[in-house]
Amino acid sequence: MKVFGHRLSLTVIIGVLIILACAGGAIFAPWVAPYDPNLPMGGRWDPPSPEHWLGLDQIGRDMFSRMLYGGRISIGLAMLATCLAFVVGVVTGLAATIFGGWVDTLFSRIADVVLSIPNLMWALIILSGFGTGAGIIVLTIGLLYSVYVFRVARSVAMNIVVLEYVEAARLRGEGLTWVILREVLPNALPPLAAEFGLRFCFAFLFVAALSFLGLGVQPPDADWGSMVKESALAIPAGIAAPLYPAAAIALMTIGVNMVVDWLLSIYSRPQGENA
Amino acid sequence: MAQAKAKTEGEILNVRNLRIEAVTETGTRVTLVDDVSFNLKAGEVLGLIGESGAGKSTIGLSTLVYARTGCQITGGQILFHNRDLRGLDVKGRQNLRGVKVAYIAQSAAAAFNPAHTIYEQVCEVALQHGVMNRAQARMDAIRLFKELDLPNPDVFGSRYPHQVSGGQLQRAMAAMAMIAKPDLLVFDEPTTALDVTTQVEVLASFKKLIREHRTAALYISHDLAVVAQIADRIMVLRRGQMVEEGEATQILQRPQMDYTRMLVAERVAAERSKFVEGHAEGDRPILDVKNVVAAYRGTVRIIDDVSIDLRRGDTLAIVGESGSGKSTLARVIVGLLPRQKGDILFDGTSLPPRLQDRSKDQLRRIQMIYQMPDVALNPRQTLLDIIGRPVQFYFGKNRAEVRARVEELLRQIDLPPEYITRRPHELSGGQKQRVCIARALAAQPDIIICDEVTSALDPLVADEILRLLRRIQDETGVAFLFITHDLGTVRRIANKVAVMLKGKLVAAGPTQQVFNPPFHPYTELLLSSVPEIRPDWLDEVLRRRRKAS
Repeated sequence: MKVFGHRLSLTVIIGVLIILACAGGAIFAPWVAPYDPNLPMGGRWDPPSPEHWLGLDQIGRDMFSRMLYGGRISIGLAMLATCLAFVVGVVTGLAATIFGGWVDTLFSRIADVVLSIPNLMWALIILSGFGTGAGIIVLTIGLLYSVYVFRVARSVAMNIVVLEYVEAARLRGEGLTWVILREVLPNALPPLAAEFGLRFCFAFLFVAALSFLGLGVQPPDADWGSMVKESALAIPAGIAAPLYPAAAIALMTIGVNMVVDWLLSIYSRPQGENA
Repeated sequence: MAQAKAKTEGEILNVRNLRIEAVTETGTRVTLVDDVSFNLKAGEVLGLIGESGAGKSTIGLSTLVYARTGCQITGGQILFHNRDLRGLDVKGRQNLRGVKVAYIAQSAAAAFNPAHTIYEQVCEVALQHGVMNRAQARMDAIRLFKELDLPNPDVFGSRYPHQVSGGQLQRAMAAMAMIAKPDLLVFDEPTTALDVTTQVEVLASFKKLIREHRTAALYISHDLAVVAQIADRIMVLRRGQMVEEGEATQILQRPQMDYTRMLVAERVAAERSKFVEGHAEGDRPILDVKNVVAAYRGTVRIIDDVSIDLRRGDTLAIVGESGSGKSTLARVIVGLLPRQKGDILFDGTSLPPRLQDRSKDQLRRIQMIYQMPDVALNPRQTLLDIIGRPVQFYFGKNRAEVRARVEELLRQIDLPPEYITRRPHELSGGQKQRVCIARALAAQPDIIICDEVTSALDPLVADEILRLLRRIQDETGVAFLFITHDLGTVRRIANKVAVMLKGKLVAAGPTQQVFNPPFHPYTELLLSSVPEIRPDWLDEVLRRRRKAS
C-alpha cells in the first residue's frame, strides 16, 4: 500500500492502528463505555470480571469506562495544545525567516528566554497563578511548545527560502502569500508533519504529567495521568489497576512515534525516489 | 600480445571484469559498473572519461576496495601486485588505503579538517601506519611541497587549510596522497572545482609529481582536454560500460566509436568554432548599465564602476573567475542587490535599484536562468504549474489558455507535451534546464540572464542547451546576458564579451575583437589557460610562460 507515493511499512500500519484504536475509543466513549465513569458500582479495587473487564478503581468505579473517558481528555487536550503550538510556531517561524532582521531577532530571543526555564517550571508557575482548567492547560502547553515548533519551522524554512525557485518567484514579482503558501510551505510539510507527531507525544505526556502532579484535570473527571496518580496507592498492594492507564499512555506514545519515524524516513529520502 | 608481455614487467593494477551494483530501497538491483577491465603499469596514467553517471568515480573508489553506501562490488577481480584486493579483510584494507593506494578528491576544501594544520594532515597517514617517524615525515612533506611548487615549502605545512588558496590546497592534498609513497594514485576530478588559470598550475604540478615518482595513476575527469594533458591511455565510459580504450593520441585523433567521436567533436568545436558575428538590431540598447557600483554589507566593492550595454538579439558574455563579481552583476541588474551608484537604463528608462520598486512589466521583461536546475524548480509543482505560472501571472490568462501556452512552450524546448503533468524529479538534468528556459520564455522577456546555465551539465547536454538558446534567439530576438567561466561557451554563443577581474571590467567589446590580439594581459592569461585537446598543450603553455617571465 502506498501513501503520498511512498510504501507503508508494517510498523507504520501498526502505529496507525494503535492511534485509531485510542482515538476511536476516546471519540466514541459515550457510546462505547459500558458504565457511567463517575458512578461507584462495587468494592474498592475489585479484580477484573466479565462485567468489569479491567476491574474497579479505588472507590469502585468501572476502570474500563474511566479509561475511555480519560483518553477523551488526555488525547483531546494534547491535540488542542499541539494545534495551538503549530499555529503560533509555524506563523512566527515563517515570519522570522521571510522578514528576517529585527522580527527574527525578537522571536528568536523570546524563544531563548522560554527555553531557558524548564517547561514544568513554567507550567507550575502559570497554573498556580491562573488556576487549573482545560482551557488554561491547553493554552499553557500550546504556547510553551510553540517555541519548539517555531525553531523547527524557522530552520526548515531557512533552508528553503535560499533555494533558487523561491528566488525565481520573488523575481517574478509574486506576493508574500504566494511565496509562503505555494513555494515554501509545501516543501516544509514533511518535516513539519513529523514534528507535529512528535510534539503531540510530548504534549500528551505533559498533560499526563500535570494531572499526575494534581495540577491537571480535577476530580471527579480524570485523564490517564490522574488515573495513574489516583490508583498509585494500589501498586504496593500488588493490584494491576494503575498499570492500565500507564500502559495506555505508553501505547499511544509508541504508536505515534511509529508513524513519525516513517514520516521522517520519507523526508530524508531523496526526492522522488521510490515514488 | 603486448598486454600479456606487460604482465611480467611492473604491472601494478589489473582490474578484470569488474562489476559493481547498487541495491535500491525497493530491492531492485542497478548495475553501476558492468564488465570493465584495464591494467596499469608503474608510471602509467590511465584517464577515465565519461559523463556523470558513467561510473568513473565508482571504478576509482573500487581500487581502494571501497564502494559507496548501498553499492557493492559483485563481480570480477581487482588484482594489485597480482593479489586480489576483494579478498582483503578489514585490516588488510586499512593497510592498503592511503599507503599503497591513495585518493585525491575533487574538493580539497571538504577533504581537509579546518581545525588542524596542513602539515599534521599531510603526515597523518605515514605516521599512523608507522611508515616513517615524525622528522622523516616532515622532511618528506617539505620535499613534496617543493615538488608541487607550493610557496615557501618550509613553512607551508604549518598553515591551516583556510589560510591557503583553493589551488594550493588541492596540491596539498596531492602531497597528502604521496606521503606514504603509494604505488597507485586515484585522481577524481581534482581540478574541476578550480578556475582555469589555477587549473594549469595544479595540472602541471600533478604531471611532474607522477613523472618523478613513476607512480601509476587513474585520472578521472569529464574534460577530455584535461585528461589529454596527463594520460598515457584513455578509457571512455558510458553508463557503467567501457566504450573504448586506447592510447591517448589514438582516442583523441582517431576515435573508433561514435560516442567517443561525439565527445571529441564537441570538445574541438569548443576550441575551434568561429566567433559569433555581431547581429544586434536597433541602435538603442535595451539594457544600458552605466558605471554601476555595488557592495554587500560593508564597504568592499564587489562591483566597481562597471558599464555594459546590450541590444536586442545580442548575446553578451560576462566572463571571469570565481570572485570576479560576474554573478553579483546579474543580481544587481535584476534588483536582488540594489546598486549603490550608477544607473541602469532599461529600454531608455531608469530601473529602480530595488526589486520591490520595479513594475510588473519591468520584472517580466528581464528573466533569469540558473546554474543548478535542481534547485531552480519547485519539486512539488508540475511543469504545468512551473511554466504556466508566469503566463497566468503576467498575462492573466485563464486555465485553458495557460495550458495551451505551456504545451506550445514545451514543444519549443523539444519536450513532449505529455510531460505537462510531470514533476522535476521525473526529468533528466538537461530536461530540467530546458524547463527553466521555458519558464523564462513564458514571460516573453526582452532579456534573459543566463547564470552559468551549462556548468552543471555534461558536455553533450550542454551543447544541446546552447543550440536551443541560439535557436530561441533567432526566433524571438531576445537578448542574452551570459554569465560564464567557460570560454568555449563564450566562443560558441556570444557576439560580445566583457571580461571581469575583481569587480572591475578589464576588457569589453565584440568577441572577435576582445579574443584576438592585441589582448588585455588578463584576457590573454584566461584564454591561454583554457585546456586544449592537443596532448602537448600543457607543456607548450608552461614553456611559453617560463619564457615570458
